[in-house]
Amino acid sequence: MVSGAWKIAADVLDPELPVVTIADLGILRDVTEDDQGRVHVTITPTYSGCPAMETISTDLVEALTAAGYQHVDVEFALSPAWTTDWMTEDAKAKLAAYGVAPPGPVALQLSVRCPQCGSLDTRESSRFGSTACKSLWVCRSCREPFDHFKAH
Amino acid sequence: MTLFQYVLGLADDALVSAQRMGWWISRAPELEEDLALANIGLDQLGQARSLLSYAGVVEGVGRTEDDLAYLRDDREFRNVWLVERPQTDFGVAMARLLVFSTWQCELYAALASSSDATLSAIAGKAVKEVAYHRDHARLWTLRLGDGTAESHGRMQAAIEGEWPHVEELFAPVDGALVDPQSLRSAVLGRIEEVVVEATLTVPTVSPAIGGGRHGLHTEHLGHLLADMQHLHRSHPGVTW
Repeated sequence: MVSGAWKIAADVLDPELPVVTIADLGILRDVTEDDQGRVHVTITPTYSGCPAMETISTDLVEALTAAGYQHVDVEFALSPAWTTDWMTEDAKAKLAAYGVAPPGPVALQLSVRCPQCGSLDTRESSRFGSTACKSLWVCRSCREPFDHFKAH
Repeated sequence: MTLFQYVLGLADDALVSAQRMGWWISRAPELEEDLALANIGLDQLGQARSLLSYAGVVEGVGRTEDDLAYLRDDREFRNVWLVERPQTDFGVAMARLLVFSTWQCELYAALASSSDATLSAIAGKAVKEVAYHRDHARLWTLRLGDGTAESHGRMQAAIEGEWPHVEELFAPVDGALVDPQSLRSAVLGRIEEVVVEATLTVPTVSPAIGGGRHGLHTEHLGHLLADMQHLHRSHPGVTW
């Protein structure tokens, strides 16, 4: 059953990729609501040191409090470890439209498609991009640099 | 208490290495490298935070990750000497990262299937991150080792400088969930493979004395901690 609290939590946007929600990304793992109206949210980081976790936690408490939930607590769970497989197809499409190349299947990443022109003739310019979860790429066709959400 | 000391050792390795990585921000040879080293440091800091929090739980007297990171003196730190020495030469930073991340990869992979649920969760997460760090260090070692005469010479010198501190990673530790010695052949094998591929020579230098797991450190750790801890100690309880 999808509770009211789940719907509100699921709508919280990722602070660094504000076109996708934390549910789209697979960061939101669980929301439970007891008969006293207390809400317990479980989220998992994409990377151990992800600085967005604090912001996401604050945003969750704010959104749920605004919706009338008086007692909200947020738990960080490391296990099972987050994987890009939890990202929805819809989220991948939204990322591409935003200019971030979405992750492909972990085992089969032959080339990354340029989110600007769609070319597969691209090269990695740095294993690490603007955040820990992304790498930096350049398109050989349109010459544009772009971020790629790393598959893992 | 032995599990506490063991977890603290792993946490301090990651924390001290993260602090050294942070030094490179704005100083790396190119902008992409600034970002890369900052991100690698951030991953290590994230691992250190999880491990320190868990060490606090194991100890059971209410110390938080911040208490452990900011309010211990150098003799209470349990990190290996490999990570605490300054690394102001890019070749040295890459040689050290190659050693450290290769060791962390093998360690975390083994810990991920250990009987301790929390350590297993932390390690299962971290192993994916350090695989990227190792890859990064490997690519630079190949590029510099198999580059110009200048870069080859400096990369060789860097590997020689780090080599004496490799052995400390395999020293016995009380309470270890993964026997450090059991990682030795896999770690050395993987590092030596990269060294040879980079047209460098595997050093034959003797191991250095290292007492990090017992709280004995080089003079460099005190300076690093002064930098890392002074804000928290000068303004107790300060928040952003």
